[in-house]
Amino acid sequence: MAMTITEKILTRAAGRAAVEPGDLVNANIDVVMCHEVTTPPAIRMLAEHGIEGVCDPDRIVITPDHFQPAKDIKSAELHKRLDDWAKKHGIKNYYRVGRAGVCHALLPEQGHIRPGEVIVGGDSHTCTYGAFGAFSTGIGSTDLAAAIATGELWFKVPPSIKFVLNGKLGKGVYSKDVILMILARIGTDGALYKAMEFVGDAVTDMSMEARMTITNMAIEAGGKSGIMNVDDVTRQYLAGRLKDNRDYTVFESDADAVYESVEEFDCDKLEPMVALPHLPSNGAAISECAGKAMDQAYIGSCTNGRIEDLRVAAEILKGRQVAIRTIVVPATPDIWHQADKEGLFDVFYEAGCVVSAPTCGACLGGFMGILAGGERCVSTTNRNFVGRMGSPKSEVYLASPATAAASAVEGKLTDPRRYMS
Amino acid sequence: MSKAHVYKRDHINTDEIIPARYLNTDDEAELAKHCMEDIDAEFVNKVAEGDIIVAGDDFGCGSSREHAVWALRGARVQTVIANSFARIFYRNAIDNGFYLIESPQAAEKINNGDELEIDYKTGRIKNLTAGIDIDFKPLPEFALEIIRAGGLLEHIKTKKR
Ligand code: SF4
Repeated sequence: MAMTITEKILTRAAGRAAVEPGDLVNANIDVVMCHEVTTPPAIRMLAEHGIEGVCDPDRIVITPDHFQPAKDIKSAELHKRLDDWAKKHGIKNYYRVGRAGVCHALLPEQGHIRPGEVIVGGDSHTCTYGAFGAFSTGIGSTDLAAAIATGELWFKVPPSIKFVLNGKLGKGVYSKDVILMILARIGTDGALYKAMEFVGDAVTDMSMEARMTITNMAIEAGGKSGIMNVDDVTRQYLAGRLKDNRDYTVFESDADAVYESVEEFDCDKLEPMVALPHLPSNGAAISECAGKAMDQAYIGSCTNGRIEDLRVAAEILKGRQVAIRTIVVPATPDIWHQADKEGLFDVFYEAGCVVSAPTCGACLGGFMGILAGGERCVSTTNRNFVGRMGSPKSEVYLASPATAAASAVEGKLTDPRRYMS
Repeated sequence: MSKAHVYKRDHINTDEIIPARYLNTDDEAELAKHCMEDIDAEFVNKVAEGDIIVAGDDFGCGSSREHAVWALRGARVQTVIANSFARIFYRNAIDNGFYLIESPQAAEKINNGDELEIDYKTGRIKNLTAGIDIDFKPLPEFALEIIRAGGLLEHIKTKKR
């Protein structure tokens, strides 16, 4: 039977001969991602149900990230509950402050994500890991508790939509612009319950970092997961990085696999995109919205806080001054360290930016850059719902790091291509 | 007697079911006081034990907060009948032992205040007021097992024993 990559991964995880969309399966979970917001309630529920013990401590990876280092007493209590529990169960993959980073940037970087595996996390953007040819999805606290206790979880096999990204991205246009274009076309429920499979020349050309920006935002279309094929770029990224020497299996969709639909996109003529308030699907080409005054620029998050993103921003900011508050948040300690070694912090400092420790911070309106009523922020994050980064009267404009950096220089939405030689 | 509370709308989101300002607690009774508050502030005063909510497409879209399910259950709502449900809400409901009914024609055949009776085994909604029956596909055995156990964690506990 012809199957998609997603169906093949779930077939193996469920120990079946085959699966098809709509089937309910019990799948073995290879990695459970935990952070300090949704995991403490899961731990509490397990205790309340008298379920002691963890199925396999080595399959759990923990990183506090949303409010780390602890921003206030309440978040410190959450961190403490996580600490105590991790200690009690001997969970060795625990990234403490100093090694902790934004979960979806940290896990792939530290070699916890393998092709062909099933990964769940108590966070809606867990779909990011699909860039590695893995099935990966976000879950609530009860599911998280179940995955921790049993190492398995039920799933309804999703139908797949194939997104064929043709062509070559022009100068100043990035994978963030591609996903904003896709969202603008299909809407916030355009892929409800579906696996979004991304293929095509434009994807093949992308680095792993760039690919993750796309799968990261699958949930913004209501998708259950986003997924991409494994190729040499993937293999090179994984080489020498994987935490266990355990082999991985590469699955590929059969040529005659069944898709619910196939959507083609031409990336050749794509312009830098901005998602206007208050939906990620509210995309506009920069030519339609340039000039809108901003109060803050935010460069960071699981979507665009990786080293490549910081390099792009630094290239534009080099030798220039920012006109508005500009906050740069490297997503993990390794990214932070690398940026430091490359002299990017000098560039940010000289341009007048502030650089923080790795954290989710202001992405979810936590801390480190909250907006006041009436303020506008151009941000490299993934959601611009009402009140997402602070006051319900503030506005968030989603864009690539290049667009955010160029806009920081001018204090208004700006086409980054003007700053590129 | 189970009364229908009909909201002929699509995309009723978790923010409307339980607004974010009440998420500082996971106490079900407390959440229940604010159930459906941002779509119908009077809902909690109208709802009686066993009543049923009826809505259009994509019920429960938005964030992954399980609080939405806890609020409905705390308000003693028997079930929600909708054309379709958002993915994470649907999962969270089953995980919490809360039965949801997906029935694409129900919203058109049920009016606000109608008396309903539900046969979960055969998959039939009896609209006693209108005198019509509406069929739905019962949840698969897999999900029923979880619901009968009283939720996913109870289910796991029973299996482990
Ligand atoms: S960076 Fe933002 S979107 Fe990503 S995990 Fe953190 S809060 Fe969520």
